Amino acid sequence: MRVELNEIRKYFGPVKANDGITITFEEGNIYGLLGENGAGKSTLMKILSGFQPFDSGELLLNGSDATFTSPREALAAGIGMLYQEPLDLPPFTILDNYLLGRDNKVIPDRQAAIQELIELTQRYNFDVDIKAHIDSLSVGERQQLELVRLLAGGAEVLILDEPTTGISAEQKDLLFASMRKLAKEENKTLILVSHKLSEVQELCDHAFVLRKGQMVGETDVPCPNEKLVEMMFGQLPERSPRPSVSLEDTMLSIKEMAIRTYRLSVEGLQLDVRSGEVIGLAGLEGSGQGLFLKACAGLLRPAKGSIQLADKDITNHSYHATLAEGVGYLAAGRLEEGLVAGLTLTEHMILGALERKFMIDWESSREETSKRIEHYQVIGTEASTADQLSGGNQQRLLFSLLNTPLRLILMEQPTRGLDVRSADYIWEQLYERRKDGTAIIFISPDLDEILDRSDRIAVFYGGQMLKVVEASETNVDELGHLIGGEL
Amino acid sequence: MNESEFVLVLASIFLQASPLMIAVAGEALTERAGVVNLSLDGSMLMSAMTGFVVAYTTDNIWLGFLAAALVGAFFALIVAFGSIYLKQSQVAIGFVLTLLGDDLSAFLGQNFVRLPGPSFSKFTIPLLSEIPILGPIFFDQNVIFYFAVILALVTYWWLFRTQPGLHLRASGERPDAAFARGVNVNRVRYLYTVLGGALVGIAGASYSLAIKIGWSDGHTRGFGWIALAIVIFGGWSPIRGAVGAVLFGATKAMATYLQRAFPEVSVVAFNSIPWILMIAVLLVVGSDFTERFTAILPKPLQGPVRQLLRVAPPMALGNTFGEDP
Repeated sequence: MRVELNEIRKYFGPVKANDGITITFEEGNIYGLLGENGAGKSTLMKILSGFQPFDSGELLLNGSDATFTSPREALAAGIGMLYQEPLDLPPFTILDNYLLGRDNKVIPDRQAAIQELIELTQRYNFDVDIKAHIDSLSVGERQQLELVRLLAGGAEVLILDEPTTGISAEQKDLLFASMRKLAKEENKTLILVSHKLSEVQELCDHAFVLRKGQMVGETDVPCPNEKLVEMMFGQLPERSPRPSVSLEDTMLSIKEMAIRTYRLSVEGLQLDVRSGEVIGLAGLEGSGQGLFLKACAGLLRPAKGSIQLADKDITNHSYHATLAEGVGYLAAGRLEEGLVAGLTLTEHMILGALERKFMIDWESSREETSKRIEHYQVIGTEASTADQLSGGNQQRLLFSLLNTPLRLILMEQPTRGLDVRSADYIWEQLYERRKDGTAIIFISPDLDEILDRSDRIAVFYGGQMLKVVEASETNVDELGHLIGGEL
Repeated sequence: MNESEFVLVLASIFLQASPLMIAVAGEALTERAGVVNLSLDGSMLMSAMTGFVVAYTTDNIWLGFLAAALVGAFFALIVAFGSIYLKQSQVAIGFVLTLLGDDLSAFLGQNFVRLPGPSFSKFTIPLLSEIPILGPIFFDQNVIFYFAVILALVTYWWLFRTQPGLHLRASGERPDAAFARGVNVNRVRYLYTVLGGALVGIAGASYSLAIKIGWSDGHTRGFGWIALAIVIFGGWSPIRGAVGAVLFGATKAMATYLQRAFPEVSVVAFNSIPWILMIAVLLVVGSDFTERFTAILPKPLQGPVRQLLRVAPPMALGNTFGEDP
């Protein structure tokens, strides 16, 4: 199906999310849609998939005017969207999840639906156990099911939003193969929203680049990376080089550690981290890296083994005792675990301070807070509350709350929700800390980030630390296979 | 205790559990759609009173039930309107309504206290009731018991086997996903909050018109809270909830029996047994225990057993949903 977007505008108050975008997607092609955070990609795709109405402009499907008031109408018209976090129902069985909105008889025909599901999963080589519950599946498998559901619903245009985050290399290959098949053999229109240039280069026929709500360029791909980058950012941003730091003595030493929860047991953990070293933990979600990080922070008690920080044994220290030894921990859930929604930035600073006074010295606290706000470029004031900040600013706030000096920083997804530039800035600050000997361990689903930022990478798979590799001696492809368990 | 006495006790346990089964089925529907109607204790009192007063004055028991259902539905509508349209806290609204229902029912019902009124009686099912032991327990019962059992089965079937049931559960689990599939989440929530409220109303009236006939101040006080607890305890399933209601009734009967057997122990001690058992079960079901337990079972059994014991609240329970994900 041919999709034409003409002069699409969508304003949120003073923010011009889409400011007159004109794009045509032809059938049988795979398109890449590129742009920084806030460039307007998601808004445009939400409009196309019926999640949001547009303010003005024109949407033509095969030449005829279309407007949608819901995603359901969009799918009925042939447009389906696959979200980064699949929009499915985790507690449901696969069958129930498939049936919802698919078969609208009061008593759905379960047998027919099972047949349909099996047929479709086989056609695209997806391997899913139909009897399972959605919450027992990996993100990759949930995506496959969403794709199947959209196709069964009659999608002729498929929008995929960052589909490769958090899936293994094998699942990615499978996904890309089915995307090619859909475009080339079944003549569907595919739109890949991504910030990973390599994926766009590998998969797409043509790329559109958005910046500040406008279409700023298009090109056939593959093409030189520089061309795309220049369109995205206006000028070539240099990724801040990683200053080399001489790695000194061992800062953290994990010996023979095992962590056992009812869901997952992680055994035989062994890792020495030197001061100033950055360790990236790679792995599919739930492979054990999260438990490992929590155990290092004192949030989980290891079943056996020891944790030594500098020359002190901190095994079985509580979280607070661990923090007192100079460890900083940043959780992935910003508002859930890291920040208190209703408290101001100053109050956060006071809460996080190691020194506890009964009476609060407001004046100096405010001073300190404004210093940190400036330093970490948080857009907000000392008196704004954490929930008033945008996601990226919440993330910056979290970093500003880390005390100095620290011996060890533990982070889950440190740059989640940040665009390339902000992420770069955060990492510069982190590199700065290495000079004082701070060691850093972080988790990220983004293999590029892990590869670029780490000295060494510990790969987790199925509750094991499968391998520790030097970042300089590996590449994204190898990591992608490692996190899928292929040595 | 001889055999016929035992049968009588069992039959009475099932009868006493019936209104709870009805209220639990209603509240399970509501909560599965994502709304907590915390007003149960108050709306049951109001509907018990209204049901009795209407049946007494019109001498028509059906009108009594109808009026009670309307009162329950009205209380639920306030919760739904307040939370969905006004986006206020469901807990706060429900709580205030509970207090209101308690006092308002005492006030409005003050001229109808301890009057003899119409009531449902036993309905003996021919043939089946002649089965030894099971017959007198299950098939020689009050009409309200049959209604409760059929209701539990039908709501379960509705929830887990029909497309509207899928819409209902999806609205309570992940409203944005439900919306994407074409479910009108807020309409679904209104519908099942009001329907659940109507069933709670029927539960209230079945006390004053069938189980504990008549009206007095605080006639059903406490049962609303028990029903709310059983919904959780039954994992938001009408059938497990029904089993929970019966187990609860059984522990109460056991407490009464123990009281007679050990007259020297304080009555209060035995009365607290059901609550302690309930907390214990909640702790076991809500903890890692079920996962640990299923992990030691043989492989083929693990799936079904986990499915049986799986207890998780609807993910979006108590959240409001605005159509802008």
